[in-house]
Amino acid sequence: MPNSQPNHGHVAVMEPEAHGPELVHQFSDVQQQKNAASLGMWLFLVTEIMFFGGMFCAYLIYRLEYFNAFAAGSQQLSIKMGAINTAVLIISSVTVVLAVKAAEAGKRKLLVGYLVVTVLLGLTFLVVKGFEYREKFEKHHVPGSTFSFTDKFDDNGKQYSVNSKEAELFFSLYFVMTGMHALHMIIGCGLFTVLAILAWKGHYTPAYFTPIENSGLYWHLVDIIWIYLFPLLYLISRHS
Amino acid sequence: MATTAVPANQAPKLNYLNNGHTIKSWLLTTDHKRIALLYLFSVTAFFFLGGFFAMLIRLELLTPEGDLMQADTYNKVFTMHGIVMVFFFLIPVVPAILGNFVVPLMVGAKDLAFPRINLLSWYLYVAAGILFLHCMLNGGVDTGWTFYTPYSTASNSNVVEAGLAIFIAGFSSIFTGLNFIVTIHRMRAPGLTWSRLPLFIWSTYATSLVMILGTPVIAITMVLVVAERLLHLGIFDPALGGDPILFQHLFWFYSHPAVYIMILPSMGVISEIVPCFARKRVFGYNFVALSSVAIAVFGFLVWAHHLFVAGISLYSAMVFSFLSFVVAIPSAVKIFNWTATLYKGSISYATPMLYAFGFIGLFTIGGLTGVMLATIGIDVHVTDTYFVIAHFHYVMVGGVLMGYLGGLHFWWPKITGRMYPEAWAKLSALFVFVGFNLTFFPQFILGYLGMPRRYWQYPPEFQVLNVLSTAGASVLAIGYLLPMIYMLWSLKYGAIAGDNPWHAAGLEWKTTSPPPTLNFDETPVVTWEAYNYDEIPDRPLEVPVAQ
Repeated sequence: MPNSQPNHGHVAVMEPEAHGPELVHQFSDVQQQKNAASLGMWLFLVTEIMFFGGMFCAYLIYRLEYFNAFAAGSQQLSIKMGAINTAVLIISSVTVVLAVKAAEAGKRKLLVGYLVVTVLLGLTFLVVKGFEYREKFEKHHVPGSTFSFTDKFDDNGKQYSVNSKEAELFFSLYFVMTGMHALHMIIGCGLFTVLAILAWKGHYTPAYFTPIENSGLYWHLVDIIWIYLFPLLYLISRHS
Repeated sequence: MATTAVPANQAPKLNYLNNGHTIKSWLLTTDHKRIALLYLFSVTAFFFLGGFFAMLIRLELLTPEGDLMQADTYNKVFTMHGIVMVFFFLIPVVPAILGNFVVPLMVGAKDLAFPRINLLSWYLYVAAGILFLHCMLNGGVDTGWTFYTPYSTASNSNVVEAGLAIFIAGFSSIFTGLNFIVTIHRMRAPGLTWSRLPLFIWSTYATSLVMILGTPVIAITMVLVVAERLLHLGIFDPALGGDPILFQHLFWFYSHPAVYIMILPSMGVISEIVPCFARKRVFGYNFVALSSVAIAVFGFLVWAHHLFVAGISLYSAMVFSFLSFVVAIPSAVKIFNWTATLYKGSISYATPMLYAFGFIGLFTIGGLTGVMLATIGIDVHVTDTYFVIAHFHYVMVGGVLMGYLGGLHFWWPKITGRMYPEAWAKLSALFVFVGFNLTFFPQFILGYLGMPRRYWQYPPEFQVLNVLSTAGASVLAIGYLLPMIYMLWSLKYGAIAGDNPWHAAGLEWKTTSPPPTLNFDETPVVTWEAYNYDEIPDRPLEVPVAQ
């Protein structure tokens, strides 16, 4: 840790004891530092789960309350785009794992390659999501004064008309949940871009690649949240 | 005493205070002790801001008529009193100031696990504070600190900014909690097993669990309220199909456990003070330690007792009522164990101990009235009256603030290397205790007689008790201003404290006062149990006084 302060007269400035480039002063050894970083990341992921948990809770309550409207809204989402995005994210999780492996083996170019591919997959996800959002705007499915919803819930051929306010609630939750998820994806893409640059500069060695591992954990969590969002939002009552 | 005097011609030992004097060395510090002091200044500033609003409330309520301000202004004043005191004072006060300072010292570490994240927490706190000040100067917010929907989505006051300020302050609290948990798990000195940890560490650990599990929920709740206002979503708005009760559930899922974020660290402080000034090992260490964790766990299961009149089902009300009784058990365990620690102890009445006694008495009243309020029948009768106000002020002010002031006096010699003036401190502790009871005890009676909260006028028959309450608030204000003055005075004129003026157990007393930047010259190795007062020589009858 850079902790050097100007020297003032008779007072000698205390410098942290010398150590390797990767060990910061508050830890006594590399293993302790690594364990601390890993525990910190897991705890952060717990807070993320609680954060999304609030939205999942609201979703659950309204889905039970307004099932037909939620199913009708769900049927207006593009299952194809959702499925493509699910596949994209699962592949990106694989590339993250491969990046961690490459870092462990000290293969710098391979590591950078996998990090770049991960970022590209993340961007692909966001582009597809953007097209989906555009479609919602065109069909007036964005909550607010222009919202209109005339579609029916099709339950294996039987048609049920639904209250448009209730459908609006579905789309409110759709936008908040996928929007928050997309925000996490954007942060993840930024994070992995920085990691790729640092990896290119040779920051990471088989002895020290904690940031790659921990950012990987974050990426996996964001993926898992999507894996819950996909069936909850896109697959309500799709039997056929 | 040899340790109390330093020859005048000798340069003081290098410590965290004199290691760098530039503003940059403070604002970019990663030293947990300096960050604690940054928090001390900023949290104190917010305390006096919140206190200013409290005085406005008490002045308005001096007379039955609404003569000092109009109803709308009064709404904003009590809202801002609540928001400032809850989010900018009570939640950070003990963990971020005292916890930041003593947790690494108590576990024998050089710093917290993530010093830069610790500094980031402070900057987030300051950013949230500035945003809230901006909101306040732009007309403020009038929803009450609870932001109940649908009013908060309809109110034309500055709800968005206030919500975002709370969102940001929440992240400050999350990062502090995360830092503490990792530090306590990973950075304990050799030999410092879980069963040898000071009880302040146990309660900080439990607090941190609540911080990281609860705070994200208030964050998303605030995001949803802001999104409702900006994007016209209808998640909590009944006109759009949403459910305002859902907001109350999400809000209290955090905000009830949040009262344990406030009270648990203060309980930890009391667990440090009582054994030290009774010169005894704490009675039932394991029970006191685990009761903190039990409070944190059960604290998450009682939130709907705030909703008894909101229209939840009778059966869920009964379950939440029962669980609220259950959470009283671990709280009572602490009270009984502190009392048992006093039994046959060699008690001395230094200022920290006075505050500890104050805490035990006032928290008992606050806690027992909490049990009354957990009873559905009584709660329905006194909901939204001053009885509720008095109850939670006994816990928040009588509990949290007593613990904070006790801890601040207890660790002041460690923080500054100087003693505070004991006589003045005792006098102000007396002012705080008398002023507090005079302010809030009449409010129990007012509430029981039916005076509702959040009104700027009241029927004339309530005036006597309201005048008593306002008079008490003035005495209380003196009790809070005095420590400000004499503690600043002590920085220059206080007696040199020495490393361990209280002859206290605990690693933080084994290093010098003020501690060096890296806390210990050598990493300590712990071979003793916590609170081994039977092995420590008794402290002298006289504490060092200024020459």
